[in-house]
Amino acid sequence: MYSLLQQLASGIAMGAIYACLGLALVMIYQSTHHINFAQGEMAMFSTFIAFLLLKWGLPYWAAGLITLAFGFVAGFAIERLVLRPLGEVPELSVIVVFIGLFVGINSLAGWIFGHQLEPFPSPFPDKVPGGTTLISGHELGTVVVVLLVMAILYAFLRFTKVGLAMRASAENPVSSRLAGIPVSLMLSLGWGLSALIGAVAGLMVAPVVFLEPNMMGGVLIYAFAAALLGGIDNPWGAVAGGLIVGVIENLAGTYVVGTELKLSLALVLIVGVLLIRPSGIFGRKLVVRV
Amino acid sequence: MSTLPVASSQPSRSAAPTATAAGWSWRPVALGALVLAALAVPFVLTDYRIFLATMTLITAIAVLGLNMLVGYNGQLSLGHGALYALGAYVTAVLMEHGGFAWWATLPVSAVVCFAFGFLFGWPALRLKGHYLALATFALALATPQLLKHKALEPWTGGVQGITLLKPEAPFGLELSADQWLYLVVLAMAGFLFLCAWNMLRGRLGRATIAIREQPIAASAMGINVPYVKAMTFGISALYTGVAGSLGAIATAFVAPDSFGMFVSIFFLVGVVVGGLGTISGALVGAAFIQFIPNVADQISKSAPSAIFAGFLILCMFLMPQGFVGLVRDGLRRLRTRGQRPRRGD
Amino acid sequence: MAALLEAKNVEAFYGPTRVLKGIDFEVAEGGITTILGANGAGKTSTLRALSGLVRRTGEIRFAGQRIDGFTTEKIAALGIAHVPDGRGTLVNMTVEENLRVGAYLCRSKQVVEEGMERMFGYFPRLRERRQQQAGTLSGGEQQMLAISRALMQRPKLLLMDEPSFGLAPLIIREIFDIMRVVNKQEGVGILLVEQNVARALDLADHAWLLETGSTVMSGTAKELRDNEQIRRSYLGF
Repeated sequence: MYSLLQQLASGIAMGAIYACLGLALVMIYQSTHHINFAQGEMAMFSTFIAFLLLKWGLPYWAAGLITLAFGFVAGFAIERLVLRPLGEVPELSVIVVFIGLFVGINSLAGWIFGHQLEPFPSPFPDKVPGGTTLISGHELGTVVVVLLVMAILYAFLRFTKVGLAMRASAENPVSSRLAGIPVSLMLSLGWGLSALIGAVAGLMVAPVVFLEPNMMGGVLIYAFAAALLGGIDNPWGAVAGGLIVGVIENLAGTYVVGTELKLSLALVLIVGVLLIRPSGIFGRKLVVRV
Repeated sequence: MSTLPVASSQPSRSAAPTATAAGWSWRPVALGALVLAALAVPFVLTDYRIFLATMTLITAIAVLGLNMLVGYNGQLSLGHGALYALGAYVTAVLMEHGGFAWWATLPVSAVVCFAFGFLFGWPALRLKGHYLALATFALALATPQLLKHKALEPWTGGVQGITLLKPEAPFGLELSADQWLYLVVLAMAGFLFLCAWNMLRGRLGRATIAIREQPIAASAMGINVPYVKAMTFGISALYTGVAGSLGAIATAFVAPDSFGMFVSIFFLVGVVVGGLGTISGALVGAAFIQFIPNVADQISKSAPSAIFAGFLILCMFLMPQGFVGLVRDGLRRLRTRGQRPRRGD
Repeated sequence: MAALLEAKNVEAFYGPTRVLKGIDFEVAEGGITTILGANGAGKTSTLRALSGLVRRTGEIRFAGQRIDGFTTEKIAALGIAHVPDGRGTLVNMTVEENLRVGAYLCRSKQVVEEGMERMFGYFPRLRERRQQQAGTLSGGEQQMLAISRALMQRPKLLLMDEPSFGLAPLIIREIFDIMRVVNKQEGVGILLVEQNVARALDLADHAWLLETGSTVMSGTAKELRDNEQIRRSYLGF
C-alpha cells in the first residue's frame, strides 16, 4: 500500500512536469491554432543554458532566473524571426517547420553541448523536512514550483491589462486590433511566455532523467497527450490532463508492463478516452454551423 | 488547409492533353521523357546508385500512400511508419518462416495492411486533426517496442531482426540483383501510381476530396463518410505497407530499430515537400527525404541534422505548397501573363 | 462643415478580387452619414477598407490626415472605432472584460471606470449582466456591448456595420435612439452601414448609395427618402 502511495506521489510529480509543458502547448495553440512540436527542444536548450551558468559558478536562483529570461527571449525571437515571416501557409507546412525546428534545435544542442548524460542539480533538499519517505524533496518541490508558476500565470492573465490583451488577441484578433491592441506583439509575448513555462519544466525534469539533447522527447509526447486529454483549448484541462497522464504512466510502468511499453500503454489508454470523448475530458464541444 | 478545388487536384500525368498557347501539350512529352530516363537507370548507373534509385521509388510509393490520406482526405497521420513496418515484417516472416517466394508475399502484405488500415481507420477517424495525429503517433511509437517484445520474438527475431536473401534475376537474365530489383520495383511503382491516379479520379476519389472540403455537406449528399474514410485509410495503408514489403526485400533485412518514429515523420515531410494532394509530388518528396540527409552529411559532419532542418524550413518558406504546388503556380503565372486582372463584384 | 472623413477613389481587394471599384464619399464632422446598398454591394468592405482590415488603394483622409497606409491598430489609436459585422464579441470573456478590452488605449484608470459607467447608463441591461459571459448574451445585448466596446475608446468617428442585423424591431429602435443620443452628447461622428434603409435614413443626415462596388447616388437623408427610385427599389412602395 505504501509503495502504491509512493508511486502515486511520483506520478503526480512527473504529472506536474507534463502539466507544465502541456500548458505551454495549449497557450500557443489558443492563439495560433498550432501545436509547437519544438516546445520540448526549446525547454531542453534553455536547461542546457542553466547547466552552463551553474558550471560557471552562479548560484541556482540566479542561473534559474537568467534561464527563464533566456527562454522568454528565445520564444519571442522564434515567433518573430521564423513563424511571422512564414505568413499564411497551409497548416501542414507549418507542422513541417515545427519539425524542422525540433530537429534543428536538437542537433544544435548536441553539437554545442555534446551527447553525454549530464547530472543536473535540484534546488530542493533530498528529503522533505519532516522525514517522510512518501515523496522526495525534489518531487514535492516540483509540484510546488509548478503550482506557483500556474498561479502567477493565472493572476497575470486575469488581472493585468497586458494579460487581458493577450487573452483577447488569442480569442478574437480582429476585434482586438480594432480596439487598438497590437495583436502581433501579443502573439510574440505569448510565445515568450510559453517558452518560459517550458523552461521551468526542463529545469524540473533534468534532475530526474539527466540532461542530454533527447531529454524532452518523451516529456513532449506526454505533454501533448495531456493537452489533448484535457481538451486542447483548455489550459487548466491540460493541467488536469498532465497529472492524470503522470499517474497512469507511473502506475502502468511499475505494475503492468514495465518501462519499455509504458509509453505505448499510456497512449493507448489516452486514445481510448479520446474515442469516447473526442474533444478531450474538459474540452469544449465546438458546435459548427454549416 | 488546402483549398484546391477538385479540378486542380488532377495530377500532372493527365491523359487529356492541355493545350498551351503554342498549341501542343507538354505533359505527355514530360511523361515520356520521365519513363525513358527511368528505364535507362539500371544500365547507366552503378549498382549502389541503382539501389538508391530503387529505395527512392519504394519511398515514393509509401509517400503516395500517406498523401492519399493526408492530402486528398485531409486526415493527418503521424503513424505510417508503423504500416511500413507491418508490410516489411509480413514479408520477412513469410519468407523466413513460411518459405514464401518474395513476390508471393506482396499480395498477402497488401491484404493484411489494407485490413489493418481499414479496421484501425474506422474508429480512429472519428478523431479530428491533432487528436488523430496523437493516435497515429502512438501507433508509430509503439511499433519498435512491440516488435522487440519477448512474446513475438520467435516470429520477429527480436532486436536482431531477420535477414533475407536478395532476389536474383530469373530465367538466367544478364542482370545483377540490383538491376533486376530496380526494374521490378519500377514496374510496381508505375502500376500503383496508375491505379492511384485512376482511383482518385473516380467515385472514391471525389468522395474522399468532398469529405476533406466539407464533411457535413458530403454526408448530407449521401456519402457514407465513415466508410469512405476507412477505405481511404485502408488503401493508404496498403500502399505504404507494400512499400514496406518492397523495402524489406530490397535491403534484405528487417529490424525493429529501423522503424522508429522518424520514419513516420519523414514520410510526412515527403508529402508536404512534394506537394499535398498530388501524385507526382510523391516522387519529389521521396527524393528529398532520400537524398537531402546525405547532402547535409556532406556539408557538415558534426551537425548534419541541423543542416537538414535548415533545408526543411527553407523549403517551407520558398514553396509552402510543396514542389508540385510551386510548379503549378509558376505555370499558371506563365499562362495568365498578359491577361487583365479579374474583376470581382 | 469640415469633413471628418474623406474617401477618394478607394478600391478594396480580397486577394485578387476587386470588391470596391473606386468609391468616393465623405462624413461630416459631428454628423451621421449612412451608406446604403443591397447585399454584396460592398458596404462591409468599405468599412473594412477604412479600418485597414483589407488591402486597399486610394486616398482616405481622417481629420485631414491620410490614413490609407496605416495599420488597423494605428487607425484605432487615431480615433476611429469600428463596430464590425457580426458584433465581434469576445465570447469567452465577461461583459466587463469586453469593455476593458475596448478601453485598451485609455491610460487612466479613472477614465476607464467613468467610461463603463457611461455605457451602463446608455444600456442598463449591460450593467445587470456585468459579470456574465458575453457569449451567453442575446443578439441585441451583444450589439449593445459591441457599440459600448467601441465607445470606450472615446472615438471621434464610429463605424457601424449593420447594427440592425438579426434583431427584433423594438431592440433596433432602442439601439438607434441611443445612437442619436451618443452622437449629440459625445459629439461622435457616425458612419453607418445598413441594409435597413428606412431606419438608416431616419437617423442619418447624409446618405450614399452603393451598388456593386461603386457609389451611384448621394444626398441628404431627406432627399433620398423622397426619391421615388429609392422608394421603389429599396423601400418597396
